[in-house]
Amino acid sequence: MSERDRIVIVGGGIAGQAVAEALRERDPDVAITLVCGEDALPYDRIRLSEILVDGSDAATLALRPEEWFADHDVEVLLGRWVEGGDLDAGTLVLDGAEELTFDKLVLATGSQPLLPPIPGIGLPGVHPFRDPADCEAIRQSATTATHAAVIGGGLLGLEAARGIAAQGCDVTVIHLVDRLMERQLDPVSAAMLEPSLADLNIKVRLESATQAITGGDRARGLQFKDGSSMDADLVVVSIGIRPEKTLANTLGLATNRGIVVADSMRTSHPRVWSVGECAEHAGMVYGLVAPILEQARVAADTLLDRSAAYTGSILSAKLKVAGIDLVTVGEADGETSAVVSDAAARTYRKLSVRDGRAVGAILLGDVRGAEALMAAVRAAEEVTDPLDALAAASAAGPADLPDEAQICNCNGVCKGDLVAAVEVDGCTTPREVMSRTRAGTGCGSCKPAVIDIVAMAAGGLNEEPAYLCACRKQTRDELADQIRSQGLQSVSEVSQCCGTGRDCGACKPALAYLVSEVNDNRHREERHARYINDRVHANIQKDGTFSVVPKMRGGVTTPSELRRIADVAEKYEIPLVKVTGGQRIDLLGVTKEDLPKVWRDLDMPSGFAYAKAVRTVKTCVGEQHCRFGLGDSMGFGVEIEKAWEGLHTPAKVKAGVSGCPRNCAEATIKDIGIVAVEGGWQVRIGGAAGASVREADILDTVETKAEAMRLSTTFLQYYRENADYKERTYDFVPRIGLDEIKRIVTDETIGAALRERFRLAKAATVDPWLERDDPYHPRQFTDLDQQPEDDGPPTPVVVGPPEEARR
Amino acid sequence: MTFACREDDVPPGEGRNITLEGKRVALFRTDTGWYAVDAVCPHKGGPLADGIVCDHAVTCPLHDRSFDLRTGQGPGEDRVSAYPVELRDGAVYVAVGSPAAAPVAA
Repeated sequence: MSERDRIVIVGGGIAGQAVAEALRERDPDVAITLVCGEDALPYDRIRLSEILVDGSDAATLALRPEEWFADHDVEVLLGRWVEGGDLDAGTLVLDGAEELTFDKLVLATGSQPLLPPIPGIGLPGVHPFRDPADCEAIRQSATTATHAAVIGGGLLGLEAARGIAAQGCDVTVIHLVDRLMERQLDPVSAAMLEPSLADLNIKVRLESATQAITGGDRARGLQFKDGSSMDADLVVVSIGIRPEKTLANTLGLATNRGIVVADSMRTSHPRVWSVGECAEHAGMVYGLVAPILEQARVAADTLLDRSAAYTGSILSAKLKVAGIDLVTVGEADGETSAVVSDAAARTYRKLSVRDGRAVGAILLGDVRGAEALMAAVRAAEEVTDPLDALAAASAAGPADLPDEAQICNCNGVCKGDLVAAVEVDGCTTPREVMSRTRAGTGCGSCKPAVIDIVAMAAGGLNEEPAYLCACRKQTRDELADQIRSQGLQSVSEVSQCCGTGRDCGACKPALAYLVSEVNDNRHREERHARYINDRVHANIQKDGTFSVVPKMRGGVTTPSELRRIADVAEKYEIPLVKVTGGQRIDLLGVTKEDLPKVWRDLDMPSGFAYAKAVRTVKTCVGEQHCRFGLGDSMGFGVEIEKAWEGLHTPAKVKAGVSGCPRNCAEATIKDIGIVAVEGGWQVRIGGAAGASVREADILDTVETKAEAMRLSTTFLQYYRENADYKERTYDFVPRIGLDEIKRIVTDETIGAALRERFRLAKAATVDPWLERDDPYHPRQFTDLDQQPEDDGPPTPVVVGPPEEARR
Repeated sequence: MTFACREDDVPPGEGRNITLEGKRVALFRTDTGWYAVDAVCPHKGGPLADGIVCDHAVTCPLHDRSFDLRTGQGPGEDRVSAYPVELRDGAVYVAVGSPAAAPVAA
């Protein structure tokens, strides 16, 4: 191609952008002009459903920032329409006047949503699901609508339904045929999808042909062919696409369903190419991103006179609905197939084979090995035993995948590309690799796999975020957002929405804390998500027995309490009684079934020595007794302990109040320490004297106890809301920075809000040891061959099966 | 199959111990079904029934070792026996005589 030949691309969608990028990668000199009909830079349409779910700004969907176009010498004309032109002369007419010349032209005009020609289709309240404006309109309507209907049970329709359900609106998916996503799923997997949708409050109505949208002035319902009807004041239509070929027709190009192209992606005119949803190749129009990107790469080659051919694509799809994992590739059925299915767990894994070669896979609920199976289908690998192949795929980690295995299906990035980005291009973090290769920048569903591969190639991760759920790679902040925006009340609900806590269960206690914290302790408590310590409110010891520490605020006790403790220790033959470092009395070696009895006889509240909570406020005797004392440390410590006790925290919080800088309560090595000084109180945070030793930082020195209480309480709540689970203050304070913490806790507005949430959370606390008389389950404290405590006389343990089961 | 307990005897998502035919077994009730494995963690003797349970795994409360409830497979060579469980008419039965996956001989 001669110098500064100009290639004009019409259409600012994914296809147009992909052609521009592929051209620039191949040729630094060719002049590229991208004409966009919309006023926005090319954006990622596939992620539209994200905007619908969480209402984020459409700008977050931009494929490339504005600078990219200048940096890569791509001229962009925004909001301009090409109305016609003279292909032989190489000219286009813009907006009825201006002329634009080209050497070669690429039509990437995309598609329009297909709208059925039924009565009422133009009524207010009826929307396609195609661009950010549609999303915004649907989102707005969903907040006020009473019932929504989505016409079309394909991939996009289900994502739209999910977005609507997330706004709390009832939604029904109307589908013409007898199963959802019929192009990707077989009848069994399609049927298994329905209960998972039902859990997300999405109803499904199959084999229903919509005949009309009813309602005089706006949509109010749907009328079906079989005579039935339903109410719907929001109707979203997602039944497919119609290739946009108006311009192609005006220019006199050959069109059929779309603009007809050859394997070279060239149209019927030698100077014109077409790529994307508007193009028809071998009778197929592709509406998914992966084939479009393949086409763009071929077109870029042939535009630059290199030989390349597009031979069609094997389609793959991932459903981007939180809580449902679904990946499909190729055909839904083969000559033979292997299926591994667990109806109860709603998992379905299928590999289809024809002529001894892999032709398709469906993975629902359990998508392990998706990359390996997709690679097998794309390469039409020989499969002798499909069941073996399925099992092998699910065990495959990133290291086992071949370099050709496609990891990012949106952008067609293979494992080898990711490894090369690290090993050859010197990328060190997943973010750099994603920016360079574009992997993970489409629908984002491959991000966990990308991170795994980068970690493998780089020999570890440099910017591994602190995931709350490592299996699903979700951070505390992401999950907190979900809990807040979707009003989730329990660990089970979070698991269902976010997929967390299901693979290894390690994050369940962290989720339990998060769901309680975000809901100000007004969550739905599920004990199965708590550590055994928090199920039975005692600390498990190495021999499986428990330690019991009664509440003794500030380390202050009475003769009658001591007498009861002594009596209990004797009565239950407790092997060890020990005074702790936090000024408490620890009864060690109590069996689980004795716990409620021990608490009852002690008749003291829980000391929380087993929990991630405010544990102890250690005090010295202070000015009331000590000749050096400057403040009433003992009284203040008791007051603080009352104010904070019962609250769970991300990790244990130990506190101390010293009556003078001699610091007998060791307040300078506590998570929160308060020291009486001449004329006031010094508030310190982030101290430690455990595996690591750290002197607590001085947050401030204030004049009164009330101020010290206010400041330290504000910090405590800030820590509760922002620390990672198990992150002690001695890691948290340096991570956030003392100055930043000072700024936040002394800010009047932020501080007041923190204290208000603290007040709400504290108001909802109860003494867990009251469960001695009101257990959450009759067998909270007993094994199956032990007798649960009850009020009546002892009854024999049931040892046989029930009568009706003995037959 | 030996009768172990009524379905309601184990809180959802938790485990409880029981001795069946002389064998101490931890019985779990999870979202995906009932499972039974040896009660004691082979690492340091932790009570597996007190562990956190998810779909198919239990994590020992003492040192966070995780075992697959279907096979009994733990980290490395650690392994417990897993026993078939059946739920009939609200009653739970365990086949303690026939481990679902026999432990690997040492």
